Amino acid sequence: MTASEFEPWNDPEAKPLIHFQNVTKRYGEFTAIDNLTIDIYEREFYALLGPSGCGKTTLMRMLAGFETPTEGKIFLAGQDIAPVPPNKRAVNMMFQSYALFPHLSVWENIAFGLKREKMPKHDIDDRVEAMLKLTRLEKFARRKPHQISGGQRQRVALARSLAKHPKLLLLDEPLGALDKKLRQDTQFELMDIQEKTGTTFVIVTHDQEEAMTVASRVAVMDHGKIIQVATPDRIYENPNSVYVADFIGDVNLIEGTATPNGSDAYAMSWHEGHPPLTVKSPNAFSDGQKCHLAIRPEKVAISSEQPAEADNAVQGRILDIAYLGNISTYHVELPTGAVIKAQTANTRRIARRAFTWEDTVWLSWTATAGVLLAD
Amino acid sequence: MRRFVLIAIPYVWLLALFLVPFAIVLKIALSDAAIARPPYFPQFDWAEGIAAFIAELDFENFVWLTEDDLYWKAYLSSLKIAVISTFFTLLAGYPIAYGMARAPEEWRPTLMMLVILPFWTSFLIRVYAWMGILSNEGFLNQFLMWIGVISEPLTILNTNSAVYIGIVYTYLPFMILPVYSALERLDGSLIEAAEDLGCSRLTAFWLVTIPLSKTGIIAGSFLVFIPVLGEFVIPSLLGGSDTLMIGKVLWEEFFSNRDWPVASAVAVVLLLLLVIPIVLFQRNQQKQQEAEQ
Repeated sequence: MTASEFEPWNDPEAKPLIHFQNVTKRYGEFTAIDNLTIDIYEREFYALLGPSGCGKTTLMRMLAGFETPTEGKIFLAGQDIAPVPPNKRAVNMMFQSYALFPHLSVWENIAFGLKREKMPKHDIDDRVEAMLKLTRLEKFARRKPHQISGGQRQRVALARSLAKHPKLLLLDEPLGALDKKLRQDTQFELMDIQEKTGTTFVIVTHDQEEAMTVASRVAVMDHGKIIQVATPDRIYENPNSVYVADFIGDVNLIEGTATPNGSDAYAMSWHEGHPPLTVKSPNAFSDGQKCHLAIRPEKVAISSEQPAEADNAVQGRILDIAYLGNISTYHVELPTGAVIKAQTANTRRIARRAFTWEDTVWLSWTATAGVLLAD
Repeated sequence: MRRFVLIAIPYVWLLALFLVPFAIVLKIALSDAAIARPPYFPQFDWAEGIAAFIAELDFENFVWLTEDDLYWKAYLSSLKIAVISTFFTLLAGYPIAYGMARAPEEWRPTLMMLVILPFWTSFLIRVYAWMGILSNEGFLNQFLMWIGVISEPLTILNTNSAVYIGIVYTYLPFMILPVYSALERLDGSLIEAAEDLGCSRLTAFWLVTIPLSKTGIIAGSFLVFIPVLGEFVIPSLLGGSDTLMIGKVLWEEFFSNRDWPVASAVAVVLLLLLVIPIVLFQRNQQKQQEAEQ
């Protein structure tokens, strides 16, 4: 499923599976969700990303039916779901704590929802077997939740929430309790299962790497508002605000004022006594408007000699080197006192590194490398 | 060595305060009643030796317990009262414990305190207070007549109903506390998960809350059942002449009839009967501990 094939959000004909219409949720004085409108399409893997307390869990609990909006409406497949109680919604949730029933075996946990539907016994058997197979848990069917590992518990929770063929599956920090290695493997497993079952997934996470890996679209939230909704690459390459640029990945932010300089090009003066930076930006800025240049460390080149043909080049002194094995991040202090991070792949052995602490180096980047953002 | 001392302390305690008194009671149970002080025979005499002393002991009193139907009827009636009142204590205690566990966090210590508060006054005074409430001229009858529900006072005091009321009231905290501690540990997201998977509130309660508070229910039931089986004060103060409980029989045997050997035999049999639920209770506790590990 490549991006060009699956982009229902760009298709004006497509009907969203879920539609939030000006939804607000208040707890007393505190506003958890603030006049929010979003669309989620069928078969999407939609990630809600944000710091704790940004309202992403509230949003998910409203979808599950555990919270009701104070204002606004939520539509699931065109139907207002406000009067539908959680047990009647075609929505299932995978809880952060997994919430597996400790007194029931893995098999009984997965069958729990099916039995409530009064499904015939052999259909339940078939469905549970299929779920066990999907999550590779056949061997553990008779065990109790406390007799299996954390990763297996996570898969039981997933199997249980998928068993009822929900139209929508909600995942609340599904991988939070797993260690890093297992988490990465499980991310791909989740994507696999999502593709196989064709279920719409909404995942809540505070881990931006996780959101970028699994999601078809990422919604970055802050203080009960959606700041940006876009595909992972657009979120990373074209953040719409300083907040998103700063929240997703590592970024250098340079403050200055923009002066139009040709079509889509701006000269950005950022410090007295230094030549202005050349920036290309599709966003329009007026003359003298305050702005921020957001540029990713890996898009900043570092060299010991002044580069001959660079759009932008500044000189600085290496303050710190973070060596990560495959890459190194250089913290370079400019004469203005600002610190710029530059990242390069360690293609040569560390002993042959061209520069070290306290060396004076040149940093350079192209006019299109960064994004110009309004204040 | 230090470990040995540490282990020895509870065992010495048990020996001095349980096993030795039990041996004395057992010995009296095997003796014959006598008009003497103390009122039983034989007394141990160093001059005659242990063999002669043991030769005097017999199981006559235990045989007597099977011959007179008063005793096994009293045991059965105690068992019945204990089972029924344990059931009612559970019925009254579970909702209270559930309410406490669902109450806001800052309220729970206060609620807990209110449950324990009655222990701060004498148990006897509280049972006497119930006599004042339940008697024909008591508060309950006056109140019911005042609001016009009844025209004649109900006879509650000195009936089995009064005994049940007294037992449920007295032993309620023993039911509430273990059930509360089981319910308080219950993860709220389990209930939400059950609802999410299609349960109504009621089925979620039945399929998740009840099974997960099972250990608390069992512990509470035993904590009520075991002491109620040998209860003496409540039936003798609130019960009538037809209230038959083994604790009361024991007391009358001992103080009214001054037949210490038969009273002791009743006590020994009661103890043996209690061993069964106590062992079951211990098992339940052990299982719960294993489940938590």
